[in-house]
This record gives sequence, structure tokens and C-alpha cells, in this order.
Amino acid sequence: MMTIPIEHGFVLVALLWVIGLVGLLSRKNTLFMLMSMEIMLNAGALAFILAGSLWQQADGQVIYILILSIAAAEVGLGLALLIRLRQHIGDLDIDQLDNMKG
Amino acid sequence: MSGQILFYVSGSIALIASLFVVTNKNAVHALLYLVVSLLALAMCFYLLGAPFAAALQIIVYAGAIMVLFVFAVMIFNINQTDIDREKHWLTWQSWVGPTLLVLVLLGEIIFVILSHNNWSTNSLSATQIELVDARAVGTLLFGPYLLAVEIASFLLLAGLVGGYHLAKELPKKTTEQEGSQ
Repeated sequence: MMTIPIEHGFVLVALLWVIGLVGLLSRKNTLFMLMSMEIMLNAGALAFILAGSLWQQADGQVIYILILSIAAAEVGLGLALLIRLRQHIGDLDIDQLDNMKG
Repeated sequence: MSGQILFYVSGSIALIASLFVVTNKNAVHALLYLVVSLLALAMCFYLLGAPFAAALQIIVYAGAIMVLFVFAVMIFNINQTDIDREKHWLTWQSWVGPTLLVLVLLGEIIFVILSHNNWSTNSLSATQIELVDARAVGTLLFGPYLLAVEIASFLLLAGLVGGYHLAKELPKKTTEQEGSQ
């Protein structure tokens, strides 16, 4: 079967993670910040799949499933919070949140 | 050999699509690029010998979670003023600082990855891709990882209850008593 140098896979993980981090740091729209966090979670998942195929173990995919459930719960809660934010403030600006009183 | 090319192509697609997600001004377009990125990553998973994870990536991530995003964006009712304000926010000055700092971080990570010589010492310098099928994953999930599965179910239940509680409509002009009943 084919071979992929494992370093290249981890470089792909690092690049994806960094793209997500730049998006998280420089966007002001909370919806885009949530999407950037999805990209970062996906990079982590790819790292686990890579490690799982490096050692020929199924543990990587088990952790991938756990990451999937974490992402599902995070997106559900995050989007619910954003819907509430949109109802209250009328936009999704993260800077509006610092004058939230209690 | 062809699998190697496929891996690099789908990896590049994932990278480019993620870049478009991060830099896009329209939320719906960014979501569609995010779906492309997730599908490309599913291709990577398949090529790495994890077809079960690839199927889950397509069904759960690109299917369920992205549909949740799309419905939320529909509820947000993104219009042209939102896109214009996004254009106003996304100046190049807002990108410079984070990008420079994170590029330094990226350089460090890549340096660590490439200077790590232990990849070759444990005779797995290049992964001989072998299939790890759903049977092995299921055996592990309901064996040693049973507690983690239970905790994940608790987490999903908490997400469900929290999402229901947070996203339901605000009671309109009810007094404290009515709200508590």
C-alpha cells in the first residue's frame, strides 16, 4: 500500500490549526469565531487519526468520536448562545459582550 | 503512489477551503467552504486507513453539525448590512498582529515536527497505511472506553438541555412571578 511521511500529516495539522487560530483571533463576528474553532477541532481530530494510523491502533478513531461529540455539544450550545445574542443586541459583535451587566 | 497524491491534493483543498472560511465576509459562503474543508478532511481520513472516521465525518460533521450551522444562519437572517459591516470590520490592520504572532508559532511547531528524529527510530517513519475498521473501534468503545462513552452521552445531554433552554423564545413582558412558574 501507499506510504505518507507522517511529518507531512502533522505539518498539515499544524497549518489547519494555525488557520483556525488566526481566524479566531482576528474576526469580530462570533459566528466566524465558532467556525474557526470548528477548523481547530478538526485539526486536532486529524492529529488523532494520524497517530492512530501510525501505530495501527483503533484508539485514534475512538478519540475522534469523542471529539465529534464534543464538537456537537459545543456547536449546539454556542449557536443557542448566538441566537440569544442576536435577539438581545441585534448583531454578533463580540465587543458588544463586554458591557453585559450580569 | 496515487493515494499519496490524493492525500496531498485533499489536504491542500482542506487548507485552501479553511483559508476561505476564515477570510470570507459572507457567512453562508464561509459555511459552504467549511463543508468543503470537512469533506476534504474526510478524504484524508479515508486515505489514512480510517474509513469509519471518514464516514462519521461526512454524516455527523458535514451532515448534522453543518445543518445546525445553516439553520442558525437562517435564524440570524444575515442581510446586506451585515455583510457591509463585516467588510468594515475586516481591515488589513486587524489581520497583521494575530497573523504575525501565529506565524511565529507555526514556524516553531513545524520546526519541532521536522526536527523530531524519533519518527524513524521506531521504524514507522512512513506509515504503511492499513485499514482500522469499525469493528476494532466498536470493540474498543464498548470495552476500555465505556466510561468515556458514558461521559460523552452526559455531555450531549447537557448540550441538548442547554441549547433548548438558551434558544427558546424570551417570555415577553412577564413579571418575575410568571417567569418563575
